[in-house]
Amino acid sequence: MSTAAATAAAAHGSQFDTNTGISHAKLGTWAFLASEIMLFGGLISAYVILRSGSSHMAIPPRALMGVPLATFNTFALITSSVTMVLALAAIKENDIPKFARYIGATIGGGCIFLVVKAYEYHHKWEEGITISSNLFGSFYYTLTGLHVLHVTGGILLMLFILITGLRGAYSPENHERVEAAGLYWHFVDLVWVILFPILYLL
Amino acid sequence: MKDSHAHPGHGAGHDHGGPQSFWRKYVFSVDHKVIGIQYMITSFLFLLIGFGMISLMRYQLAWPSPPDDFDPEKLGMIRGTLAWLLGDRMEYGFMKPDFYNQLGAMHGTIMIFLGVVPLGVAAFGNFVVPLQIGAPDMAFPRLNMMSYWIYLVGGIVMLSSYFAPDGFPQSGWTSYAPLSVVAPPGQTIWCIAMIIIITSSLFGAINFIVTMLNMRCQGMSLGRMPVFCWAQLVTAVLLLVAFPVLEGGALLQLLDRVAGTSFYIPKDMMYGSTVFPAAGGGSPILWQHLFWFLAHPEVYVLLLPAMGVVSEIIATNTRKPLFGYKEIVGSMILIGVLSFVVWAHHMFLSGMRTSLANLFVTTTLTISVPSVAILTCLLLSLRGGAIRFNTPMLFALSFLPMFGIGGLTGLPLGFAPTDLHLHDTYYVIGHFHYVVAPGSLAALMGATYYWYPKMFGRRMNDTLGKIHFWMTIVPMNFIFFPMLFQGMHGMQRRLADPTLQWHNLPVQGWSVIMLFAVVTLAIGQIPFLFNFFWSLRNGEVVEENPWNSTTLEWACPSPPPHGNFLKEPVVFRGPYEYSVPGHKTDYLPQDEAA
Repeated sequence: MSTAAATAAAAHGSQFDTNTGISHAKLGTWAFLASEIMLFGGLISAYVILRSGSSHMAIPPRALMGVPLATFNTFALITSSVTMVLALAAIKENDIPKFARYIGATIGGGCIFLVVKAYEYHHKWEEGITISSNLFGSFYYTLTGLHVLHVTGGILLMLFILITGLRGAYSPENHERVEAAGLYWHFVDLVWVILFPILYLL
Repeated sequence: MKDSHAHPGHGAGHDHGGPQSFWRKYVFSVDHKVIGIQYMITSFLFLLIGFGMISLMRYQLAWPSPPDDFDPEKLGMIRGTLAWLLGDRMEYGFMKPDFYNQLGAMHGTIMIFLGVVPLGVAAFGNFVVPLQIGAPDMAFPRLNMMSYWIYLVGGIVMLSSYFAPDGFPQSGWTSYAPLSVVAPPGQTIWCIAMIIIITSSLFGAINFIVTMLNMRCQGMSLGRMPVFCWAQLVTAVLLLVAFPVLEGGALLQLLDRVAGTSFYIPKDMMYGSTVFPAAGGGSPILWQHLFWFLAHPEVYVLLLPAMGVVSEIIATNTRKPLFGYKEIVGSMILIGVLSFVVWAHHMFLSGMRTSLANLFVTTTLTISVPSVAILTCLLLSLRGGAIRFNTPMLFALSFLPMFGIGGLTGLPLGFAPTDLHLHDTYYVIGHFHYVVAPGSLAALMGATYYWYPKMFGRRMNDTLGKIHFWMTIVPMNFIFFPMLFQGMHGMQRRLADPTLQWHNLPVQGWSVIMLFAVVTLAIGQIPFLFNFFWSLRNGEVVEENPWNSTTLEWACPSPPPHGNFLKEPVVFRGPYEYSVPGHKTDYLPQDEAA
């Protein structure tokens, strides 16, 4: 458990001779996700409380919300989480082309999500559900907007992982960064899995 | 994320990996020690700015309105200068209520988010924690550098709101909705700056948690970590979990202000003589919940590092083991947990149900138990010790009664029935300033004297330090104790001219005394500032362990080189082995093989 080994491990990512046995990157990612949970948790609680407590939260008819499209989007995002897992498995087998394909599929899934989301925003705005039209609109655009920012950040992160991966940055011994990026991507996916029912279905 | 410069065990040659440029070494440094000192100097600057603002407000409160025989032609030197400097804001040297509100909001925001928290957590935490756990640096050095620069940008953005139309934000540091939503544009900048500052402290918190969990040296189990590190660990968790909620809340307030949403705007809210143009349906109370869910843990973010500092200084200067190490650490963890379930005691007046209020009364009074346990342990640590009354010890000793007063005056605020009377009066101001100013801030000043030799290799002058101590603690008591009288008398906070309410007149005289105390306090900081800079060149040169202390930060050279330790430290025992029978000295360092 020496610090020299810990430092060397962090620099080369080959072994995790840290006190916890978990790499800095992974532990830091978990801590970051804890704060993200509180960020979304606070906002979602605010939505739940006002939805049950405010008498002025008019819920748009389900037809206007476009549930089939949002279901497709949920499917796209969950699929991209699966390809992320497969990408990690591929790098563990040192199969770089397979890794690149799966990371590419993950990026593709994220992009499909964003394109559909953009269409949805446009459609809802036309139908009169805007950020200032009523309380539901405010929450809808704020919650999904923050989520879209996270998806965008995730896609940029995946592009970075793809480029560094093609340059040979990762190997079966050293794929902590891929794993950390995966954790983040699964989290973004999970947030949507919560947002989808509370905004579209309930 | 590991920077290539930060290899351990390279000794004094900190220029390995190529010579570092001036910018790399002192400005955009990734070394936790340089970043800690940057944080320290910056937060002292913000503390001075915040103190300047409150001095101006106390001057206004001493003589709030022109006397009957006031002659606008003869303003006198002070009023003349103020009227000349601040123009309309202080016409004839008397403060406009709007400007008073602006200074009040900025004083609170600056002191808490840009002053005391960065000083206690980021400055001393950054400098001391890696040394105390025997690590070569923080876990993510570049992220550490980013936290500092994001913090600085956030601070500058916050101050830049002065140039917005109608100046600084003026809704108080609590920014209660819906007034904050309809307030002038400065409030928008407040929201943006808060989001930036919170981002910075989130990065810092992640860094601290990973560093302490992952980078302890051989033998440094969690149960052997010094109390200061434990305090920083609990604080980091509080920052990590509580701050994002306010970040979300500030985001909602920002959208209410700029995007026409109505999270905090009730239906058909009257504003002036018109209905506020928003869809409505939101709740102003929602803001209070989101805000205090952060801001009560925040109180312990202000307090815990100070408790850690006091524990270190007391153990060193009593020359005996700290009484109840496990109890202190356990109490800190308990405080951390409980601090998340007490927030609504700030909101007894918001019309909450009595049953709900009862719940929060119970949790609030429960949290005083671990606080008292820590205070008792520190007090018992003094018993039978050979106390050295040097400057850091004076600050640490004064923390005990000052925090005691701060804590005890908090009990009537935790009880809903008494709080109804005291809420929003100067009593509240007196109470929490006792905790933060002569409590936390004074302890952090003690920390400056205590760790200065480690930072710069020289000791600060003790005589000047003692002058600074007395000229800080005595005036602070003359400022904050009268606030308790004024508050119990019913004087409300946030009034530019309390004499407009006749019931405040009998206690108005205290405000004059408080102003003189403020002036004394300001003069009392001059020896400190002089001492700080003078000692850089002229202080007594010290070896690695000037206080004959046991913890690991004293096992590396003063100042520590890049990478900190000359050889990898190995820890054999707990942190406070003083006066061990049979040992040749009265201290047995953690890294000394018995």
